[in-house]
Amino acid sequence: MLAWTIYSSFIGVLLLMVIPKDNAALARKVAILSALAGLIVAVAGFFQLKPGVMLHISTRSWISSLGAGYHLAADGVSLTLVLLTGLASMAGVLFSWNIQNRTKEFFALYLALIGAVYGVFLSFDLFLLFVFYELAIIPKYFLIAIWGSHRREYGAMKLALYSFIGSAMVLAGLISAYVVSGVHTFDLFVLARQPFPHGFQLWAFPLVFGGFAVLAGLWPFHTWAPAGHVAAPTAASMLLAGVVMKLGAYGCLRVAMTLFPEGLEAWKTPVATLAVVGIVYGGLVALVQRDFKFVIGYSSVSHMGFVLLGLATINTIGLSGAVLQMFSHGIIAGLLFAVVGRMVYERTHTRDLPALEAMGLSKSLPFAAVTFVLAGLASMGLPGFSGFVAELEILLGAWRAFPSIALVTGLGILISVAYMLRAMQKAFFGAVPSPVCHADQPPLEPVSVPERLGAALLLGVALLVGLYPRLLLDVIVPSFDSPLFDWLRKGGGR
Amino acid sequence: MNYPQLLSLAAPETILTLGAFLLLAVDLASPRDWSARLRFRIGGLLACAGCAAVMIWIGMHPGHINAFGGMLVVDPLTQLVKLVLLVLVLFAVLISIESTFTLHPGEYLALILLATVGLMFLVSAEDVLMIFVSLELTSLCLYVLTAFNKCSAKSAEAALKYFLFGGVSAAFMLFGLSLLYGLSGATNLRAIAAGLAGREGDPLLSVALVMTVVGFGFKVAAVPFHLWAPDAYEGAPTPSAALIASGSKLAVFFVFAKVLTLGFAGAEGSGAWHHFARGWTPVIALLAGLSMILGNLVAIVQSGVKRLLAYSAIAHAGCMLLAVMCHSGQSLASLVFYAATYGLTMLGAFGVVVVVESVAGDDKLCSFAGLSRRAPGASFCMLVFMLSLAGIPPLAGFFGKFYVFVAVLKTGAPGLGLFWLVALALAMSAVSFYYYLQVLKQIYAADSPPNAPSIRIPLLLRISLFLLAAGVILLGIAPDLLLGAIERALAAAGMDHA
Repeated sequence: MLAWTIYSSFIGVLLLMVIPKDNAALARKVAILSALAGLIVAVAGFFQLKPGVMLHISTRSWISSLGAGYHLAADGVSLTLVLLTGLASMAGVLFSWNIQNRTKEFFALYLALIGAVYGVFLSFDLFLLFVFYELAIIPKYFLIAIWGSHRREYGAMKLALYSFIGSAMVLAGLISAYVVSGVHTFDLFVLARQPFPHGFQLWAFPLVFGGFAVLAGLWPFHTWAPAGHVAAPTAASMLLAGVVMKLGAYGCLRVAMTLFPEGLEAWKTPVATLAVVGIVYGGLVALVQRDFKFVIGYSSVSHMGFVLLGLATINTIGLSGAVLQMFSHGIIAGLLFAVVGRMVYERTHTRDLPALEAMGLSKSLPFAAVTFVLAGLASMGLPGFSGFVAELEILLGAWRAFPSIALVTGLGILISVAYMLRAMQKAFFGAVPSPVCHADQPPLEPVSVPERLGAALLLGVALLVGLYPRLLLDVIVPSFDSPLFDWLRKGGGR
Repeated sequence: MNYPQLLSLAAPETILTLGAFLLLAVDLASPRDWSARLRFRIGGLLACAGCAAVMIWIGMHPGHINAFGGMLVVDPLTQLVKLVLLVLVLFAVLISIESTFTLHPGEYLALILLATVGLMFLVSAEDVLMIFVSLELTSLCLYVLTAFNKCSAKSAEAALKYFLFGGVSAAFMLFGLSLLYGLSGATNLRAIAAGLAGREGDPLLSVALVMTVVGFGFKVAAVPFHLWAPDAYEGAPTPSAALIASGSKLAVFFVFAKVLTLGFAGAEGSGAWHHFARGWTPVIALLAGLSMILGNLVAIVQSGVKRLLAYSAIAHAGCMLLAVMCHSGQSLASLVFYAATYGLTMLGAFGVVVVVESVAGDDKLCSFAGLSRRAPGASFCMLVFMLSLAGIPPLAGFFGKFYVFVAVLKTGAPGLGLFWLVALALAMSAVSFYYYLQVLKQIYAADSPPNAPSIRIPLLLRISLFLLAAGVILLGIAPDLLLGAIERALAAAGMDHA
């Protein structure tokens, strides 16, 4: 049944391709229905899963000459991310309700991206996973290049090339693993049992992990992320930060770490170091940005550093923290981008923080201000929000694995408080403008219903998971008992 | 073997030749007041009918005969390659059918069919004499097809360049083949290999090998013998360029692989990293690497789409050379699959170029600006073709590349000695992604010129573009359809462990 998350998105794409060009209202309806269908299926699947049990959805054979199969399945990790995709896609449609230019093409590309993302999270055949993974690159490019804003063609091309180079690295590693293993299948369950030679793992792991980590924003390959996020239209940056970066982290966990545990053991310290550099560097750069959206863009780099650090700990608590952080950051970053891109930029037509400071937006856009404060607090890791639990777990995991690195990470959390408070203060709580000099300007258009709905959805989820993290953790943690995660126990994980 | 038997064996080629004559006769007999466009349509449909008739004949007459010591080999593999070839030619005819560049459609279409006859004999040949003769038959037709736009100086220039380069390359090839004959005393490929046994270190063999590779290198436009290709693609009438890029590529690559695998069996050498050994595989590996690097890097700076496609063709030739290099059954299957899907994709891309040329008058990148709002259907087809050329799943081009890479790595297994070539190919495919996206950016993201009317595409052209795009998608989603057939044919022809 979960496979219908993929199908409903692609059915939406097909429907959008055939409806008349000028009927924007119909295009919106198709898009929201298709996203809603995906979300409902994802939620239903989430509650259907018995913790610790692998849910096999389809195991048909596909390309017999290669041994590639159409193997869809789900465990707690993938289901958490499927749920995230459902929520983010729903919110994204709500926040792009006002797209006027080429509406049906916008939503067709948007749904194609969503469908591909669902596909990656549900694929347990590496060929299939790769197909969906690369399929996701193309809609991203067009969403940014056509509907983007600031330096859109540059941002779009940079993002597309980085993604493509990353996936080329992954492809090189995958084909090599397939040939070296000598088995005639791409099934993850079979390949994960193959004892790859130690020497091979030593160079294949950085190839595959690095390829995926490009998309996860690993420092120093993160530069596509701020440029792409800033150039993208709101819904696309929500998806990019919210979901697409998770594709990279998910690939690291599901493919690179599962196939090459010895490689992981050898490379874990460099990975953790780069991750922490990303946390601190991303935070420091966010601290000095003038462009409101760049602040959020760099904060994403910083928060994804936490995910990669959690992965590098190779212990249960660090890993579950990493998965939870993927979910939590997906929700919160989506919300932050929605406030910046949709609520603020499309009304004020500027993202320059000093310019926003002069407008006193907390008075004219109180809803946006409140949403941003709450989302910002969540992003800082305030208890009660999902980010707190996730970052705490990652810190605990890191403390066991790399104590000195964990200390630096604490610094990263402090920086995140600083840049968030700065952005909040400058964007919303600047000097109150004197009514005289702004009297000639029309008042800002109030925050619309779809925006309120989308914000409420994301905030509600962040709060729910923050107050009751076991909702997700009870599903995530038992899935580490599966044979796929044998390396976790062998590697001295606790 | 008597003449009736020979005729029945060569029936597909005979039917096609007769079709070409019939076409000429019909065009000659058609009333004077019929427009060239009408005569083009009639002739085009006749040519398509001829191709279809031959396909049906091949489908109904499976055979397994090796006549005259390899001069004419009919087995499931050659039959399959001929079928694919005919499909490619059929689409080349279909995208030419609305052309206006010539007043002599009969001759144009007849030459396409005669070139196809040459290609079909080429596919069936396992004898160097026959290979040379059919290659020349094809080439002469292609030179004329390139020159067919008499109003365009560029067309004449392109044809002259193509002709001169082709002539020199034929001389090289003939020299190489004659040395082979001198060394082995045979003209059949397998007999040549037997005659060469034990002479791996002979300098004369190296000379013969290099000359042969130079000759074929010109034909497939591999670096450094590629210089004719961009000019020929740019100057030739677009359907001619499409034929050169699709059908002719497939047949020449097929026979090139056969010459090297069968004729130079035993002199392979090795192209594995740190284990280089003298033979033909390192030579091909070098050509492949150079083609991929140069083709992709130079394509970036092109401003004309046909020239861009020409340089990308050079890059793709590099990829196909990788498959040639591996000389395994799997690599031959991957080569045929790659060349077939590549041919379909190129035909489609040139078809869209035909559409744009008919409106804008040229093939500059900027003429494609905003095409998605003027011709959404054709733009979507171009999206499919460009992404398939770039190797994005789930399109045929991705699977072709993937399968070639698997074949290459398996040849170098267990040490993955050929990984360097795969890494190079993947790095260069990232470069190619950039320039294919440039085309798509013009089509989808750039604004169309103000007040540009929407483009009306003739029905037949629209259908063929649609069919080509559907084929590229279908072969990407279900590659087993073609790949399974190729593998069965290989096994039936006894080439699966070549």
